[in-house]
Amino acid sequence: MSTVLQDPQTTETPNYLNAEYGWKSWLFTTDHKRIAVLYLISISVMFALGGVFAGLIRMELLTPQGDLVNSDTYNKIFTMHGVVMIFFFLIPSIPATFGNFLVPMMIGAKDLAFPRINLLSWYIYILGALFALAAIVLGGVDTGWTFYTPFSTTYSNTFVITAAVGVFISGFSSILTGLNFIVTVHKMRAPGMTWGRLPLFVWANYATALIQVLGTPVVAITLALVGLERAFHIGIFDPAIGGDPILFQHMFWFYSHPAVYIMILPGMGVISELVTCFSRKGIFGYSFIAGSSLGIAIIGFLVWGHHMFVTGMSMYAGLYFSLLTMLVAVPSAIKVFNWTATMFRGSISYETPMLYAFGFIGLFTIGGLTGLFLGTLGVDVHVTDTYFVVAHFHYVMVGGMVVAYMGALHFWWPKITGRMYPEGWGKFSALLVFVGFNVTFFPQFILGYLGQPRRYHAYAPEFQVLNVMSTAGASILGVAFLIPLIYLLWSLRYGKPAGNNPWGAKGLEWTTQSPPTTFNFDVTPVVTEEAYAYAKHEETHVG
Amino acid sequence: MADTHVVDAEHAHSPHLRHHFDDMHQQFDSDTFGMWVFLLTEIMFFGGMFGAYTVYRSMYPEAFAATSNFMNPAFGAANTAVLIVSSLTMALAVRASHLGQQKLLQWMLVFTMIFGLAFLVIKGFEYHEHWVDMKVPLFPGHWSWTGPEAPPQFAHEAQILFCFYFFMTGFHALHMLVGLGIMTTLLVMARKGTFTPAYYAPVEVSGLYWHFVDIVWIFLFPLLYLIGHTKKLI
Repeated sequence: MSTVLQDPQTTETPNYLNAEYGWKSWLFTTDHKRIAVLYLISISVMFALGGVFAGLIRMELLTPQGDLVNSDTYNKIFTMHGVVMIFFFLIPSIPATFGNFLVPMMIGAKDLAFPRINLLSWYIYILGALFALAAIVLGGVDTGWTFYTPFSTTYSNTFVITAAVGVFISGFSSILTGLNFIVTVHKMRAPGMTWGRLPLFVWANYATALIQVLGTPVVAITLALVGLERAFHIGIFDPAIGGDPILFQHMFWFYSHPAVYIMILPGMGVISELVTCFSRKGIFGYSFIAGSSLGIAIIGFLVWGHHMFVTGMSMYAGLYFSLLTMLVAVPSAIKVFNWTATMFRGSISYETPMLYAFGFIGLFTIGGLTGLFLGTLGVDVHVTDTYFVVAHFHYVMVGGMVVAYMGALHFWWPKITGRMYPEGWGKFSALLVFVGFNVTFFPQFILGYLGQPRRYHAYAPEFQVLNVMSTAGASILGVAFLIPLIYLLWSLRYGKPAGNNPWGAKGLEWTTQSPPTTFNFDVTPVVTEEAYAYAKHEETHVG
Repeated sequence: MADTHVVDAEHAHSPHLRHHFDDMHQQFDSDTFGMWVFLLTEIMFFGGMFGAYTVYRSMYPEAFAATSNFMNPAFGAANTAVLIVSSLTMALAVRASHLGQQKLLQWMLVFTMIFGLAFLVIKGFEYHEHWVDMKVPLFPGHWSWTGPEAPPQFAHEAQILFCFYFFMTGFHALHMLVGLGIMTTLLVMARKGTFTPAYYAPVEVSGLYWHFVDIVWIFLFPLLYLIGHTKKLI
């Protein structure tokens, strides 16, 4: 057949992927779906890079002696792992890819409010990433991803300014994405798409956007002040002239604590979508889940001091931050309970995205609860700067966000590409992620509790068994992320055509063709029902 | 109201309507709302510096007051006046664009740019004076803290306030430069006759930005220049 020689896309109906061809049509696109794909490719590259650094860390920690790399190199490796993963993967991950792709579609809009600013945000991201890469290539940074002063401003002999400029620049891409989402959700909703009918993924991205808009400028100015202080050898954090290095920590965490909610809230939005779809049941407590996203965004701005319990901060400030840290756990718990209640008596099916959703709920719960240990003043003093903190953070960020990201990738892959991925391989790698993740990071809770400090390339010999387990788990995890890379790329050409709605899911994005046309909807949709009206469908089926 | 409906119909066919909006109202609302959200991020950006300033001023109130005496309020006051007038001309430019008064719009944009430039020139003279006075701790060899006006016990903290002064006014001047770039673009567009009573969103949102940058200065002026003069006034 002659069609075999043609690109499979050309035989299909017109869509956003085959609307135009050539690199220019991608690099100058203003289509939110194409920009989402650009982001998807870029952050995957950064994820792989961050993963390489993680692999180097785990290889060094295989033995108690610092034998693979010296301590200076090790400092650079964990710093670059943190900088790349946090600022160039986790922060943009779900909002810039799935948020970009789905927010306009879910609310029935043709595009985001500012398509050119959306493209600009991608270029800004790339520019920031280039600075970060330049810092790596030139010789690295060794301050830790937190850039603590006065080490970062005065004593470090590495490329702090280059890396800080990279983070500063990429922050504006995050700000512009958030700005676009806020305006889009306010002004571009289709007729009938009331605030009470917004899909919870949109609510989650809206709450995230609020944090992006309110928090990111603060870290931008903070890093700018660090860069200026480093360039001029004097500045406002300089203890030599009476400056307060702890103030840097306050300003840094004022953004960077809410930033962990930038990283987790969109993941929670994804899980809300997955749980209700694969339970064939309306979401339990819609308004509570939507409200808890906003609650997390608001309370999340008031808890930053729990990163600083041992800095000599006032005891009363410590009490305040500890109390609010307990409070911010409440909205997260509301979500977990509501997801569980949604599954209760649902007709659950176990496709790959749902497996990731299960993984998320379990791992995020562990990550969240250990966060309460760390928010408790006395316990925190014991485990500060140990592997307990590392384990907690990775349970939330990898066990939570990356797992949600993988779930989203599988759930919306058919919509984005028009192709199904191989379900068997999907399930297998989802299980492998879960196993590999737990083997990697659970031992770190124990290591931290026993007192192994973070950020050292050598450790006491009695910790070796658990560290070997952790490294073994990391290898499994690495493989578990490589398998999807292979089969997803494979599916682009050989995957089964997906059809409009392979999951039988609710939501406007599933009412259009896969892949969607450039303007998403031929006719602006009119929304007449609540979100997740699965139950209604069942009732009519039964009745 | 019949009139508005007629205008709506004109809006719907405007060449300036971007493809993903339903009508010009939605587009205008989105543009202005977007600028307000952007200004929110700007408040947080400058807020970081104002917050840090507040912390240090509460730590070193006397040192900050003493250091503030080295700022020249004459320059600051002149610049405040210049900026307030530029805000007036900007507001008049926005009004002219609403009413479709093309010539007035162009003149008001030109005046706004002149006042913006005047601000930067005055600021430049002021920086030069600090340079000559050896009050630039950022550059080795351009800082000295001597004389009757300079209490020796504040020699260190004085440098912090000057760091704040240069960082805050520097970022503000950077925003003024961006504003001048925007005004230049608007002027070019206005000369082409882009703006009509049915399409003036760029003038409107640029006006919001310009006023915001002015307001930042309104806060900078007393916090940097005037805190040392409280005792003399009382």
